[in-house]
Amino acid sequence: MPVSLTNSKLIYEALKECDVRLLSALPETWLVHLIRMTDEDPEMILVRLAKEEEGVGISAGAHFAGVKSAMLMQNHGFLASINGIVSFAHLYKIPLLMLISYRGSFGERDPWQTQGGNVTEPLLRALGIPYSFLDKAESAKMRIRQAQTLAESSLQPVALLLMRDLMWEE
Amino acid sequence: MLRVECLKSIYSELENCLVVTIMGAVAAELQSLGHRPNFFYLQHAMGLASSTGLGLALCLPEQRVIVIDGDGSLLMNLGSLSTMARYRPKKLVHVVFDNESLLSVGGFPTATSAGTDLEGISRASGIPRVATVRSVENFKATVTNAMHGSELTTIIAKVEAKGPAAYVTDLSLVENRFQFRRHIQSLKDR
Repeated sequence: MPVSLTNSKLIYEALKECDVRLLSALPETWLVHLIRMTDEDPEMILVRLAKEEEGVGISAGAHFAGVKSAMLMQNHGFLASINGIVSFAHLYKIPLLMLISYRGSFGERDPWQTQGGNVTEPLLRALGIPYSFLDKAESAKMRIRQAQTLAESSLQPVALLLMRDLMWEE
Repeated sequence: MLRVECLKSIYSELENCLVVTIMGAVAAELQSLGHRPNFFYLQHAMGLASSTGLGLALCLPEQRVIVIDGDGSLLMNLGSLSTMARYRPKKLVHVVFDNESLLSVGGFPTATSAGTDLEGISRASGIPRVATVRSVENFKATVTNAMHGSELTTIIAKVEAKGPAAYVTDLSLVENRFQFRRHIQSLKDR
């Protein structure tokens, strides 16, 4: 599978270095290695979801419990989570670290991903969610640390967009 | 059966656990009995109270967690039953007040008024212990029993579609959230 194992490992290790101990996830092609690594790690709690919005509640519960968490999802999962983000995470000032695979952008071959790609960034901006990109191995670890730090200090959702250049090996 | 009478019957049992409720009548009625720092009221984001309880229970497996849900909220996130059943935390109790109505927005009937069976859905989702109760005595006994048990339990409590006169209380949402988290931290420091 041409999903980058090397860069998935890099992301996973960066999350662990930030003390992230719970990951909620819904399977998506680019996330397969990350989900498998989480599942195989006894130090990590993996919550496989039926729908991504559940992850907002699970991360809030983890935050109340004093456990750092992250959400792994596709951008369409972000779209499916918006009410939870607004009427839980924003309303109650809950830190959320969201790792969102940015499907439907440059290089996308699957026609069904393309509409979601168009609206991902405009929606993040409309919601006032700070976001950045994970597109290069050199900067990925630092960006993850910075995003996690900002989510915790600002008590709000922060998004990292997982880009094709980092996740996919053609 | 009135929801507030059910809440009264278990109020003393709620002292030593973490309580997550949905919005509206449940939150207002529980607060009318007396707010405690271990109560968190999710005053929006319908459907996510059970997910919040699951997150708490997975991170604090020794802690008793009780979610007080409702038919309207649960119907918005039925997948949560399958996620809870998948991980089945031993100390999570899920109470669903089913008044067959979206009461706080004017009493519109939910699908449970037309035959949708939340007990059946919970059981078929894989929740290990499921019950439906229709009297306060039975409610108290079933919830108390579940709270002293060691298996994920969903209890459907059929109640009348009657609620309090007002839903807004003087407890700010953010104050409640910070107090709840501090309470949990104080438990960990003990």
